[in-house]
Amino acid sequence: MWNYTDAVHDHFLHPRNAGPLADANAIGEVGSLACGDALKLYLRINDKGIIEDAGFETFGCASAIASSSVLTELVKGMHVDEAIKLTNKDIANALGGLPKEKMHCSVMGAEALEAAIRQWKGEPAVPHAHEEGKLICKCFGVTDAQILRAIRENGLKTVEEITNYTKAGGACGDCLDQIAEILADELRSPRLVEIAPKPRLTNVQRMQRVMKVIDEEIRPQLEADGGTIELVDVDGKRVLVSLGGRCAQCRASAVTLHDLVQRTLREQVEDDITVEEA
Amino acid sequence: MKTIYLDNNATTAVAPEVRDAMLPYLGEFYGNPSSMHSFGGQVAGAVDEARQRVARLLGAQPEEIIFTSCGSESDNTAFWSALQTQPEKRRIITTRVEHPAILNVAQYWERQGYHVTYLPVDDKCRLDLDAYAEALREDTALVSVMCANNEVGTIYPVEKMARMAAEKGVLFHTDAVQAVGKAPLNLGESAIGMLSLSGHKLHAPKGIGVLYVRKGVRFRPLLRGGHQEHGRRAGTENVPYIIGLGMAAHLASEHMEQERTGVARLRDKLEQGLLAAIPDCRVNGDTENRLPNTSNIAFKNVEGEAILLMLDRLGICASSGSACTSGSLEPSHVLRAMGVPFTFAHGSVRFSLSRYTTEEEVDFTVQHLPSAIETLRKISPFKG
Repeated sequence: MWNYTDAVHDHFLHPRNAGPLADANAIGEVGSLACGDALKLYLRINDKGIIEDAGFETFGCASAIASSSVLTELVKGMHVDEAIKLTNKDIANALGGLPKEKMHCSVMGAEALEAAIRQWKGEPAVPHAHEEGKLICKCFGVTDAQILRAIRENGLKTVEEITNYTKAGGACGDCLDQIAEILADELRSPRLVEIAPKPRLTNVQRMQRVMKVIDEEIRPQLEADGGTIELVDVDGKRVLVSLGGRCAQCRASAVTLHDLVQRTLREQVEDDITVEEA
Repeated sequence: MKTIYLDNNATTAVAPEVRDAMLPYLGEFYGNPSSMHSFGGQVAGAVDEARQRVARLLGAQPEEIIFTSCGSESDNTAFWSALQTQPEKRRIITTRVEHPAILNVAQYWERQGYHVTYLPVDDKCRLDLDAYAEALREDTALVSVMCANNEVGTIYPVEKMARMAAEKGVLFHTDAVQAVGKAPLNLGESAIGMLSLSGHKLHAPKGIGVLYVRKGVRFRPLLRGGHQEHGRRAGTENVPYIIGLGMAAHLASEHMEQERTGVARLRDKLEQGLLAAIPDCRVNGDTENRLPNTSNIAFKNVEGEAILLMLDRLGICASSGSACTSGSLEPSHVLRAMGVPFTFAHGSVRFSLSRYTTEEEVDFTVQHLPSAIETLRKISPFKG
């Protein structure tokens, strides 16, 4: 269950300005049914550029509906030059915050607002998708410009956060590497890849561990099938063994060697060990 | 506000009889069943009785029952044992609509180099047995197919599929977590080699499960250590929960007919009531062959999480396969595998009943859900 603020519950259950605005002169549409949420924002902007009225229609979860509702309250009475500066953060803050996995709902609000104002000014409705940005996430139609905006406005530091804010990478995951690159460039730091520290083994340590794994894990498994194994030598990362019992005559012994012995040693000792039959 | 619990595929209420049966084992009977003294020995007797009760529910022998900590442990053990005892076989067959307790395990073994076939389903979540027959090979180590789908309730012909596997000498496992107590099983007469069940889906508490392993099936334990469960699952027996599960199994045997008729009648009343009152909705799954307690309904152009929150206000508990409820960004893998269109997939809600569900609760839901859907549709930009 999501931990929504009272403000989110309130705006979800009692949405303000819900429904289309008959005399709207600016409409911003973002999202789609396929994406799982969509917002159609209606604005009536007067000659002086003041937003006189606002309305919305939203398909989506409680936080999407609440974000839309609070957005209409925020912009009413604002000048468009002021409104265009609103970010997703302002929307989330007006709701007392959103769960991090739901931040994309506030981003949807900010994008719809921008689209509506651009339409009113006679500019192309979606600036990012075509001339200004390159499509990164094909599943949710997110461009690099949208990703950069989310990073800058919210101080994002990880790929996971970017997915939470923009949805990019949240479906098939094919673009996660590209997102990591965009993030790394933006942070001007090496790519954030977690490298688990690998202990370096001395020759004696390696030999001891290999013996232990063969004695305790591998041999009992082979013995259960009537075979056995003896350690012959450990030469650097080359492990020489001899297979005995039924393994000695088994035509699948090469498979056993590779799939059982080498894999187990790689998992439990070092990942670049090779196993050969002596 | 009264809670109306229509989420029994997520978990169930602990039956009062189960709780009462457990309490002495949280009190005076705290002995270890492995002990040599009679204080522990009397507990061992109670554990044996629970084992017999579970075996009776499944049509199995008591020695074929291994108590585990949960359904997931049972599933993990089944895979581990099947693959460890047949190292020469490198293929696994399962389905695209399994519970994550199977899917993620299969994917793990796939990363370890196994070839895994994920059988597809049709729009009612049914499997194609010809595709299954084609995928079955002599070097298949394990087939794992759920008894019934947890999200939409479609029941699979596991006994037939197990026979097909047996003809090729292939071991068959079924995750029966959602089916036990709702659909009769007679493992004594089936070719099913292993079966997983979970206590908390049949009115026992969370934290207890079973892996059935048919006599003669080679086994290798996942948890090694003490000799408990005949060396097949180390760890001192979770006695109170085993006793609880024994009682739950006994009750399930007694109530099987009620599940299949009484619960199904209420489920049908709920489903037909909602379909009649709400335009543009449809049932996901195979209505001809479905768990008696499950109804998965898709409401067009509204989003599942929003529906659940509306229901929550009324005290009604249900689940959704929508993206927003899970924290993932896509609708459930089951609905996607079925090819449910996006207009419906995001608005899918699962209602799952139990023998404790009352007529009044169903009527209340049918009475109040339509206006909640209407409210949400009014503010949706998608119409028609």
